Amino acid sequence: MKFERYGIGIAKGLRVTIKHLFHHPVTVQYPEQRLNPSRRTRGNELIWDRTKCTGCATCAKTCPQGVIKIITSVSTEENKYVVEKFEVDTGYCIFCGLCVEACPYEALFMGYAYERAKYRRGELVQANEMLGASPERRPSGYMHPEIAAQLPRQTLLLERITEEE
Amino acid sequence: MALRTEPFVLNVGPVHPSTHGVFRMRATLDGEVIVNIEPVFGYLHRGIEKLAEERTYSGIIPLTDRLDYLASMSNNLAYVLAVEKLAEIEVPERAEYLRVIMVELQRIASHLIGVGSFLNDCGAFFTPFLYMFREREKVVDMLDMVSGQRLTYNYMRIGGVSQDIPDEFLPALDKFLKQMPGFIDEYDQLLKENEILLARAKGVGILPKELAINISASGPVLRGSGVKWDIRKADPYSVYDRFEFDIPTGTVGDCYDRYRVRVEEMRQSLRIIKQAMEQLPPGAVRSEVPHLLRPPVGEAYGHIESPKGELGFYLVSDNSIAPYRCHIRAPSLINLTALRDMMIGWKIADAIIIFGSIDVCMGEIDR
Amino acid sequence: MTILNFNLNSIQYWQTLPPDWPGEFWWHWLVFTVIIIGFVLLLVMGFIYIERRGMGRMQARLGPNRTGPFGLLQPVADAIKILLKEDIVPTKADKLVHWLAPVIAFAPVLMVFAVVPFQNGAVLADLNIGILYVVAISSVTTVGIFMAGWGSSNKYSLLGAMRSVAAVVSYEIPLVLTIASVVLIVGSLSLNQIVLAQDIPFILLQPLGFLLYFIAGCAEINRSPFDLFEADSEIVAGFHTEYSGMKFALFYLAEYAEALAISAIITTLFLAGWRGPLLPPWLWFTLKVIIVFFVMVWTRTTLPRVRIDQLMALAWKFLLPLALINLLITGIEVLTLPAALPWVMILANFAIMVLLVLLWSKFFRLGGGRVEV
Ligand code: SF4
Ligand code: SF4
Repeated sequence: MKFERYGIGIAKGLRVTIKHLFHHPVTVQYPEQRLNPSRRTRGNELIWDRTKCTGCATCAKTCPQGVIKIITSVSTEENKYVVEKFEVDTGYCIFCGLCVEACPYEALFMGYAYERAKYRRGELVQANEMLGASPERRPSGYMHPEIAAQLPRQTLLLERITEEE
Repeated sequence: MALRTEPFVLNVGPVHPSTHGVFRMRATLDGEVIVNIEPVFGYLHRGIEKLAEERTYSGIIPLTDRLDYLASMSNNLAYVLAVEKLAEIEVPERAEYLRVIMVELQRIASHLIGVGSFLNDCGAFFTPFLYMFREREKVVDMLDMVSGQRLTYNYMRIGGVSQDIPDEFLPALDKFLKQMPGFIDEYDQLLKENEILLARAKGVGILPKELAINISASGPVLRGSGVKWDIRKADPYSVYDRFEFDIPTGTVGDCYDRYRVRVEEMRQSLRIIKQAMEQLPPGAVRSEVPHLLRPPVGEAYGHIESPKGELGFYLVSDNSIAPYRCHIRAPSLINLTALRDMMIGWKIADAIIIFGSIDVCMGEIDR
Repeated sequence: MTILNFNLNSIQYWQTLPPDWPGEFWWHWLVFTVIIIGFVLLLVMGFIYIERRGMGRMQARLGPNRTGPFGLLQPVADAIKILLKEDIVPTKADKLVHWLAPVIAFAPVLMVFAVVPFQNGAVLADLNIGILYVVAISSVTTVGIFMAGWGSSNKYSLLGAMRSVAAVVSYEIPLVLTIASVVLIVGSLSLNQIVLAQDIPFILLQPLGFLLYFIAGCAEINRSPFDLFEADSEIVAGFHTEYSGMKFALFYLAEYAEALAISAIITTLFLAGWRGPLLPPWLWFTLKVIIVFFVMVWTRTTLPRVRIDQLMALAWKFLLPLALINLLITGIEVLTLPAALPWVMILANFAIMVLLVLLWSKFFRLGGGRVEV
């Protein structure tokens, strides 16, 4: 006679859960402990480099959401377009990164920050100088390997848990 | 003397802990027994198919992320395959392998959620769910590493993938491949033989083989019923014909079989990833594709075996920069058509786990 | 005739009171009521903390750790939050029933502790029918639960309430039968006497009884895997779906107080109550209660939930026959075996338990439960 369903499965399960009681938890205490995001993070807020931008508007054409607005004027003495207004409504942006990928002059970057919540809707619409890089608005390495190389290594849960192999 | 009784109608959802999104089941109950059930959906309708008609071909990729948001990579792949078929674009070898790795990782992540929430529906109070989320987190970490986002990857491109993998990726993947089988064993230890789970899931919600084929179910739901049908084998896309793997199938088609099929598929996915990693060739990851692609007039259907079943994109081109029509064959929706046949006669508690065992994603059903 | 008898009896009872009655009675009553309420509230908070932290750790996370040191103040914060919430009564609810239900669910649980001894003789009322009183009083909670389910005029609540009544009615029987076999050994219904009789904890003499009591107890008080009166993944929150604020707090309190009551009774019946070396008796008692509760948390973390018909099948096809057999075996042992050989009895009882459980596992059937409609 073979006995199989006398509670052995329950006992096995109980063993697994009690073992976990003595393992280290995997969660992170967020405001105190911070993990490094991916080097290619498509984080909040686009970063735009005015010096490199030529006003070609490829980004605006690529954006599937149509959130980039560019107004240019022609400067005759320098014989080029001058960007008068570069406006991004980050409230509509889905952070797909297609604009960064499309920019032929590497003037657009995704943001590396992840704590850029705003209190008002109006603050989501950003233009011109607001879009520049700054210490709290670091560009991420998405589509820019040279930036990615300088960013800190991403923390991986895979490497944090060492107890079980 | 028999007492006069009358059935009553219970609205399960749209806001209910176990409807995995905003799904509603109008259940007519006789006591606890379900006499009739009517699925009601559409609460998450965003008009993705219509939106696709006015976006450029490459701009649709982020849209597909939002279909089955637990398996964005698979959606990406299905779509780009359809476009590549439509415009006859070649894909570099390395990109094909990367696609396979990503999609199989995605399958593991999606099945972890599917199985976890199924077990959670059975009443195992979040323990399997959280254990599985822990492993999903590792997968998501890796996909984040290559694509830059944790849920809506937008990684595949027409004619390849957006970027090559970073240097840290392969060591991490290797580590994951070593760890994961142990964790799958742990899940099995936790609940596979649990008597209560067996009593709850075995023989419950049987989907007979013939019915499964007739409603054109696919994915683990179909394979749980014992049909050996997997598009990766039946109509190999990408480079799937170069890998060796098995198609796990169930025997009777009950909830337990579907659960086991998913767990076994995770093991097979690990096998595929391992082979793909070993064979990964060097080279470019993206072929030159015009920015505003104008495919020739015609139509194409690209389909893949997504974690939930056969995911297909049917595209019609009129030689403009946006498709004339984009239809999505969402596996969740079609698997859901068996709901009534599976649930009638079972109790309300069974209905919940039957629904959980189909593993649907509302983003895909309502589109 | 019966009325006459009853009157006579009560007169006699009246006459057996000590001549100096009430004497210290009211002081005794007051002190112990305060102790009991304090004990229950404190331990319930402790339980909530243990459950949330313990479960968190078993699920590879931390659990609440923000309020106070190690999150110890979390139950307090929860309580304050709940009390400040708006009290919502559904429009179609039966207002009076809806209002009364939490009270009726909570009060009996508190009353159970009247007969639980915290140490030798330290008990509010050492009733000579103590355990009978416990059984009688604790099932009143079900009335409260059913009132809640009915009064809120919500289908989920009603389903939960119906499940609750069905389950409690069936589980009361094996529960009482296992208690009866303990009582057989002791020869007294008083809880204090039962503790005093446990030179060897009854978990050793009555392993099967303990197992059955634990399972049936869990089912009575709605602990996983039998928590289907409020199965969150099926019927949202069961009988208290429509409760909020203070009333919900009472249900929440009642739930944990019930768990405390069952743990206390298990401790008293099977784990030698307050007896133990070195530590003071009340500490032993509390420790054992916490250990029993921890086992409940542990099973809750691990096990899926059973279905209502399986719940009934378990009661009638597994617990009831085994409880009856256990009663029979205990009776035979008490009558025939001399008390001098406890270790033989312990071994024999464990063997019998293993044998019976293995035997009954053969009746385990899968896949039933579909009804043709
Ligand atoms: S990230 Fe995407 S949505 Fe946002 S601006 Fe760039 S292209 Fe548009
Ligand atoms: S694509 Fe680049 S260069 Fe052209 S307008 Fe946009 S940001 Fe400027």
